[in-house]
Amino acid sequence: MKLFRVRAIARKEFIHIVRDPRSLGMAIAVPMLLLSLFGFALTMDVDKVPLAVWDQSGTPDSRELIAQFSGSRYFNIRVQARNYREVVRAIDSREALAALIVPADFADRMGAGQVVPVQAIVDGSDANTATIAMGYARVVTFAYSQQLALREVQRVGGAAINLPVEVRPRVWYNGDMESKNYIIPGLIAVIMMVIAALLTSLTVAREWERGTMEQLISTPVRGPELILGKLLPYFAIGMLDVLLAVLMGEFFFDVPLRGNVGLLFAVSAIFLSGALTLGMLISIVTKSQLLASQLAMVLTFLPAFLLSGFMYDIGNMPKFIQGITYLIPARYFVALLKGIYLKGIGLEILGMEALLLVVFGALVMVVANLKYRKKVTV
Amino acid sequence: MNSPGTAVVVRDLEKRFGDFVAVNRVSFEVKRGEIFGFLGPNGAGKSTTIRMLCGILIPSGGAGTVAGLDILTRQEEIKANIGYMSQKFSLYEDLTVEENIDFYSGIYRIPAEKKQARKEWVLQMAGLKEHLHSRTGTLSGGWKQRLSLGCAILHEPPVIFLDEPTSGVDPISRRQFWDLIYELAGKGVTVFVTTHYMDEAEYCDRIALIYRGELIAMGAPADLKTEKLREDSIAPSMEDLFVSLIEAHDRDARPQEEVRR
Repeated sequence: MKLFRVRAIARKEFIHIVRDPRSLGMAIAVPMLLLSLFGFALTMDVDKVPLAVWDQSGTPDSRELIAQFSGSRYFNIRVQARNYREVVRAIDSREALAALIVPADFADRMGAGQVVPVQAIVDGSDANTATIAMGYARVVTFAYSQQLALREVQRVGGAAINLPVEVRPRVWYNGDMESKNYIIPGLIAVIMMVIAALLTSLTVAREWERGTMEQLISTPVRGPELILGKLLPYFAIGMLDVLLAVLMGEFFFDVPLRGNVGLLFAVSAIFLSGALTLGMLISIVTKSQLLASQLAMVLTFLPAFLLSGFMYDIGNMPKFIQGITYLIPARYFVALLKGIYLKGIGLEILGMEALLLVVFGALVMVVANLKYRKKVTV
Repeated sequence: MNSPGTAVVVRDLEKRFGDFVAVNRVSFEVKRGEIFGFLGPNGAGKSTTIRMLCGILIPSGGAGTVAGLDILTRQEEIKANIGYMSQKFSLYEDLTVEENIDFYSGIYRIPAEKKQARKEWVLQMAGLKEHLHSRTGTLSGGWKQRLSLGCAILHEPPVIFLDEPTSGVDPISRRQFWDLIYELAGKGVTVFVTTHYMDEAEYCDRIALIYRGELIAMGAPADLKTEKLREDSIAPSMEDLFVSLIEAHDRDARPQEEVRR
């Protein structure tokens, strides 16, 4: 491999990129756009569940219960219903995702020391939110019941008592349990996988389609020189994309970056080399720009999105699918980014993931070189 | 197989694409410094032959050398010793004239001290001095052709292969292009050129006529005409000569086909 030829190819490729401002704009704007879109839209937090309330009792007791709901940060009372029909309408129109119905005899039965059932209705068409809202409703009512029980005990026994055991939960790495904190690092990995493969998927195919490859293969240029030369300018763009994504995470989404920034960029560079070469391999094999870009999209987006552990925990997947995830390079990059971002850990724990990224990069590099032929077929 | 006086030697060169025989066991020699014309109608196998000689298409059979190098085993070395201009314009249209020249200078590793002189030479030869910074895509056909030639011979190869270099170019540009070919041949460069313009055949030192993958005639244009003159006693034009050669070949081939049926 001769470096002067790599340089000649890289320079030429760089000019192509600069001469095509639309593609260059896409290469830089699309990752930013995707990150903002997904970063805002893909929130798993259930906060301020809109609640409809039908207080049939209308007593100080029932109002105290409802105040427990409105006072918590989990619920937001949106509808004061006066009958059952209004409750149904509020949920059907998604004005409320949950409803609380207090029976007419609430105060009487409570006064008589009976157990009073209070109905909570949850909109199950959004199962995830429903489950969480239901949990919140339980916690709020349980806390209130406990408070009432303690007050009663104190009234009868004349002395304050304490509950014997209390859980003091402490969440590590993501104290407020904000989903953006684990979505953004994973999202950077997924977006980089897709963008990198798309960037290079056109380069070799374009030369075949335009006929310029025929001239190029009649020169002494070698396959590795061509592949490396073509990779370099796109590598620069890819690293710029990573930098912008990290800056957006820092200043736009306020995602804590606890680990080593140098390590973050180092593993990004390794990952990018592999992903860019994968796009190049697709381009080499298909020799068609249209086919190459479609294939690059399908081969990278779905696996990176679904099987990388970016959103869906790999541990919860069926064993067979779990096996497949080991073949998805984005899986290792997601693990690395989440680890570096949230836990601030380094290679002492993530060494294997980093090594596997190197293996992936080396493997596609070798296959791309084997597949590239300096020959015409027709 | 190669002697110091020959630039290209081919024996029984063959290329099949599935059942289709694109080039059927052709043999010929091209002397150093010769302008060798490869003539034939479209689809006769001209480009296929030239691609095999340039090392970008693997022959199905036969043997040969280009610049003394075996076309089956030393293709990459051949590529450093030839210039190839393909049928289709194949420089980068989004690059400027200068950027294309610089790119191929880099690929062929023109030594730094010669680089500027070679660039000047190409610009001078192609008449592109004023268009140094124009995008190649905006140039006219004749300019593109001369720039392609310039980029293909930046490294001063001893043998150059030109695949229909003048197709789709106006007559004046064609004339200028042939002046360039003469100039190169005068410096001892071997020029292997394909064409389907019969008048261009006259400019060649020797021509070979290829038809349906087979070599049906070869020799100096004047000799071929003299042979023909003996049969018809009318001085033939180049075009008449080829039409009659092709018809004669078809006559010879057809009875066999009928027998086979």
